[in-house]
Amino acid sequence: MKIIDKPEFTTLIDEKISSEPRDVVGVQDDGEKYVFDELETADDLALDYDVTMLSPKKYIMPQRETYLEYQKSNGDYEWRAKTNPEGKVIVGIHPYDLVAIEQLDKIFIDTFKDEPYRAKRENSLLIGVNMQKASETAFAGSMGTATTDSGYDLLLTELGDRYAIEIGTLEGKEFLAPAETRTARSEEIEEVNRIEEEDIPDLFENELEFSPDELPTVLEENYDNMEFWEDYSENCVSCGTCNLVCPTCCCFSVEMTRDLDGKGGKQTRRWDGCLLEDFAAVAGDENFREEKAERHRHRLMRKGRYIYERYGDIACIGCGRCTSECVPNVADPCDIYNKLKKEMTANAQ
Amino acid sequence: MRSSTSEKFDIKENEYQPVNGTITRTHNFTEDDKLFEIQLLEGKDLGHQPGQFVMLLVPNVGEVPISVTSSPTKPGPFELTIRAVGNVTNAIHKMGPGDSVGIRGPYGTGFKPEIFEGEDMLYIAGGIGLAPLRSMINYSLDNREKFGDLTTVYGAKEPAEQLYTDELQDWKERDDMEYLETVDQCPTDQEWEGRIGVITTCIPDVNIDPDTTKVLVCGPPVMYQFVLEELDDLAVPDENIYLSLERNMHCGRGLCGHCQMNELYVCTDGPVFNYPEVRDKEEAEV
Ligand SMILES: Cc1cc2nc3c(=O)[nH]c(=O)nc-3n(C[C@H](O)[C@H](O)[C@H](O)COP(=O)(O)OP(=O)(O)OC[C@H]3O[C@@H](n4cnc5c(N)ncnc54)[C@H](O)[C@@H]3O)c2cc1C
Ligand code: SF4
Ligand code: SF4
Ligand code: FES
Repeated sequence: MKIIDKPEFTTLIDEKISSEPRDVVGVQDDGEKYVFDELETADDLALDYDVTMLSPKKYIMPQRETYLEYQKSNGDYEWRAKTNPEGKVIVGIHPYDLVAIEQLDKIFIDTFKDEPYRAKRENSLLIGVNMQKASETAFAGSMGTATTDSGYDLLLTELGDRYAIEIGTLEGKEFLAPAETRTARSEEIEEVNRIEEEDIPDLFENELEFSPDELPTVLEENYDNMEFWEDYSENCVSCGTCNLVCPTCCCFSVEMTRDLDGKGGKQTRRWDGCLLEDFAAVAGDENFREEKAERHRHRLMRKGRYIYERYGDIACIGCGRCTSECVPNVADPCDIYNKLKKEMTANAQ
Repeated sequence: MRSSTSEKFDIKENEYQPVNGTITRTHNFTEDDKLFEIQLLEGKDLGHQPGQFVMLLVPNVGEVPISVTSSPTKPGPFELTIRAVGNVTNAIHKMGPGDSVGIRGPYGTGFKPEIFEGEDMLYIAGGIGLAPLRSMINYSLDNREKFGDLTTVYGAKEPAEQLYTDELQDWKERDDMEYLETVDQCPTDQEWEGRIGVITTCIPDVNIDPDTTKVLVCGPPVMYQFVLEELDDLAVPDENIYLSLERNMHCGRGLCGHCQMNELYVCTDGPVFNYPEVRDKEEAEV
């Protein structure tokens, strides 16, 4: 573990902003919310934030992305798969968002070899920061995602006028090399451990009332509990916002657009959400998830059960973004999980 | 960066790279159903299995999943049969020989003919569901000695809706495959001497040994439940039944989430499923 003085860290980031070929982005206060955005100066960093509006997923899996272009030449079409390999230096990622990216890596890189995702991931440098605040709706503490020991190139922990820095990769080490740092003393290492073990878990007001390991079973047991799914989804307006803000949601839809000159065009994918009404609709008036209650059930099953069965991860990392962004106040997964657990206990009696 | 991230995928530079395909022949079966024969660039072979599908890119319009309807035993270009129902499918109906499209795939689990070799086969197709099944039917006819008894049941809405009419005539005349057909109804302006009634009414009449017969089913979503009930009456064990299912698809390769059916992805776990795999999946609707 290394120690860097705060002004030295600011200087390092400022130097990177002017020297790095990649964009340096970081958490900033835009007046209303915290957001990840391009940094003009390191002074704009707000590393003591609670939660950002969108997760840094947006840099690796952009909201819209062209992955194929075509052009007509001599009657035939020439199709060119294309990858924008532009990575970013991302400063200030909370551990739960690092966990979310690791989950996406498993799906997009290890399992399905998605080149547009891989290229941006390869070229990105992830600088994490341990939480100093939590939003009211977050429950990462009880999901086991409030701290992490993997998924970052560097991980900062604030210690008053210094940061302790955990180095995760060789690239992280090289990034840090120009700055003046020293090796952490044993009491500083202990302090970081204490923060991770005692302070961070205490930040959360919202919590899962049982172990997340039980979640797949709790969901499975309630699969047929239609009364529950209908009741809780009643006020949902199917806007899909809870999908869009979620750091582990990764469904997309594909659109073809033709160029104005008529000689070619492109295929673009964009974020989509399973709560939108026509997500599972096919031609001929058939919709395989027509009811709101079915769509909600699917969202929750995917988060806590289906992804777990396939990839071994609980795909809800407890950031609470969906809860805060849902206008009719329907989406809160923590509340749903807790209620489902109670239903299960009640049914068992 | 992540240590394993720096290696580019070696399978292909990019899974999203389509191959240019040229339409070499078309044939109209009905007003809405048209066959397209497609030759890949430089005579490349598609290399599909019966029951697999391709992602078809129609320039300037969009991309849709379509089953390969020709058998891999047919050399050269492959065939698609497409029903015009929406944007992309209507657009390709306006295209003809010489026009070019993009092809990705083949994708999905097909009927895996090797597991059926040596078995008796019953094929049940409703409407456009004959398109994917035809690749398997013709595969077994082209490798006739590798299969036991063959039976095909085909139901169309009305006589004018029948696909592959020349081939159906040939199936009728063959003595190495039992062939039964029906139409739901026959409007007064059409001719029909055969059976009238929904496809399920044919099933009690098929002459099969339920224990040694593998049953492959493909049709519109409403068909499955009724066909499965009839097969149950015939005492066909569930393990002997295979279904080819259809869902909304955007990527064809397990990522976009559109085709998900409970925890299963129809594009990669299917579209062909052994019945017990989906029997208890509510979203399979079978
Ligand atoms: C594995 C598989 C094999 C298929 N094989 C054939 C075949 O051999 N012949 C044939 O005629 N049709 C086949 N279909 C159905 C065909 O894909 C749809 O009819 C087609 O996607 C409709 O697109 P459209 O743009 O014309 O319709 P629109 O209604 O304009 O499509 C709108 C959107 O809905 C989606 N969509 C609508 N219907 C379907 C559907 N049934 N399946 C998937 N996505 C849909 C499209 O992706 C598109 O984004 C198959 C579908 C699947 C899943
Ligand atoms: S739960 Fe809330 S955010 Fe999600 S779709 Fe419904 S109304 Fe929109
Ligand atoms: S479901 Fe909600 S709380 Fe869970 S990861 Fe997604 S946005 Fe965060
Ligand atoms: S079609 Fe995209 S996941 Fe199946």
